[in-house]
Amino acid sequence: MGLKTAFSNIAKVTVYLFLILLALLSLMPLYWMFVTALQLPEQVFSIPPKFVPTAIIEFFPLITSGEQAQAFFLLSEAFRSIKVLFTKVGLQHWFVNSLIVSVTATLGVLLFDSMAGYVFAKKKFPGRDFIFWLMISTMMIPGQVTLVPLFILIGKLGLKNSLGAVIFPPLAMVFGVFLMRQYMKTIPSELLEAAKIDGASEIAIYWKVIMPLSKPALATLGILTFMAVWNSFLWPLIILNKDYLYTLPVGLKTLQDKNLVDYGLLMSGASISAIPMILVFLFFQKYFIKGLTLGSVKG
Amino acid sequence: MINIRLLKAINKYKWDYLFLLPKFILFLIFIALPVLWAFVIAFQEYGIFETIWTGLDNFINTFTGDLFYIALWNTLRYTIIVVPSQVIIALILASLINPLNRKAQVFFRGAFYLPTVTSVVVIAMTWRWMYNSKGLINYLLSLFNLGPVNWLGSSDWALISIMLMSIITPPGVGIILYLANMGSIPESLFEAARIDGAGKFKTWLKITLPLVKPTTFYLTILGTIGSFQVFTQVLLLTDGGPGYATTTLVHLIYNSAFRDFDFGFAAAQAIILFMVILMFSLVQKKFLSSDIEY
Repeated sequence: MGLKTAFSNIAKVTVYLFLILLALLSLMPLYWMFVTALQLPEQVFSIPPKFVPTAIIEFFPLITSGEQAQAFFLLSEAFRSIKVLFTKVGLQHWFVNSLIVSVTATLGVLLFDSMAGYVFAKKKFPGRDFIFWLMISTMMIPGQVTLVPLFILIGKLGLKNSLGAVIFPPLAMVFGVFLMRQYMKTIPSELLEAAKIDGASEIAIYWKVIMPLSKPALATLGILTFMAVWNSFLWPLIILNKDYLYTLPVGLKTLQDKNLVDYGLLMSGASISAIPMILVFLFFQKYFIKGLTLGSVKG
Repeated sequence: MINIRLLKAINKYKWDYLFLLPKFILFLIFIALPVLWAFVIAFQEYGIFETIWTGLDNFINTFTGDLFYIALWNTLRYTIIVVPSQVIIALILASLINPLNRKAQVFFRGAFYLPTVTSVVVIAMTWRWMYNSKGLINYLLSLFNLGPVNWLGSSDWALISIMLMSIITPPGVGIILYLANMGSIPESLFEAARIDGAGKFKTWLKITLPLVKPTTFYLTILGTIGSFQVFTQVLLLTDGGPGYATTTLVHLIYNSAFRDFDFGFAAAQAIILFMVILMFSLVQKKFLSSDIEY
């Protein structure tokens, strides 16, 4: 008996160690990106590689030994690439563009998809099922099919080289309508009828009854949309050709094309692009997970 | 007469239609129209000043050229290696995480999902740095007296490098879906197995594995669809090279459309890609789908 528990304890510890090792391995690239971003430029290529930025190791020892000037010089050297990105490259414009595009598209998707999801879930009107299945059936068509026509269309609409060109296509995505409909079906119809008897207008029912009750689905859809637009690459890459209009991923690509081996600079840009998504994930983790399980076929 | 009835009907349901209208208009303009248009452009030689109908030429040229087959072969190799690896890794990790306590579950789920929340551009740029001839991976290999390997610059290794990045980046979505599926298996089934004297591995093999089949199916289809569209990491790591060693179908479409500006050719290739994906999804549906109830 004692032998058996000892055996199962060893097995448990082995599983934990194995998982921790794999977790470290999977986080390694992100860690290495941050390390390179903050490494002193002349030490980026040093062999053996330095796994902690020199400035971080030496800052406090230098401070305590009274060499403050040297300490702050090291620190400013560590942030040199980041400074270059903001003063010479203009990365802040890309950052702001990404923010504008992601926030606008997310708000639009939340509004339009909840409106459409509401009538699909709770109303009966001629053509409802036909329109719903028409929209859903396009979900399986890969984005590359619409790439060329959309490119021509955006040109004809005069939206080329504008942030609108990046905002409109995600607004048309069908996934959110499906998600909102599935969720709103679970709201009891009695609530809507009670509100109607109390004399609430159609808009009031939607805004004051449906929307508050759909908060979990809205949070999930909001986060998934924000992440998708913030990270989207191919479409903004082909539709934006002016560097002050780039979103972060497009800006990073052109940065790489112009600075092929300045890895300190490239990793600094990548880090700045990654940090907001990492923060969003850490704060709203449960909505990411709910979104994935809601979005899958099992439901 | 009919018009009046139609107007009355519209009036009766006007709020329903008004709520639907914004999304429906956006859908018509930015999805329905481009989809239909793609099937027109594919039969044309599209030019800014002049557009000529060319019948099946774009399709014939795609199938008679070498490049399409090279891209298809690269995409297939990528898919066949990467998708099963990701599904199996997700299954193993979820199986190990599932029995742990709540806190450990949340921690590992987060740790394995985190790398996938950043954009593929960020991940690919980081891997390009790690694949550098004087980069981290060659350094680690040198500790074992291996390498250096010319990861991205040699046609033998370039596609392997792209696959390796996709395999080592943890399949966060898969782990979460497997965990959700495993959590919904009734505890009574495991108890029954325990009473029958089945060991842990046997319980996993005979109960867990069959009951997570819907997730395996979903992840395989989703993964295949995604893999057939692999593009961003190709563009950032190798740009399809060296030569055509890593040219994938979407990279080919991108080049046809936005480097050669041959829109009709690109539209035809995109439609072929759609058909290939559709075909694979149907085949997988036939072999993998299940209607297990529990």
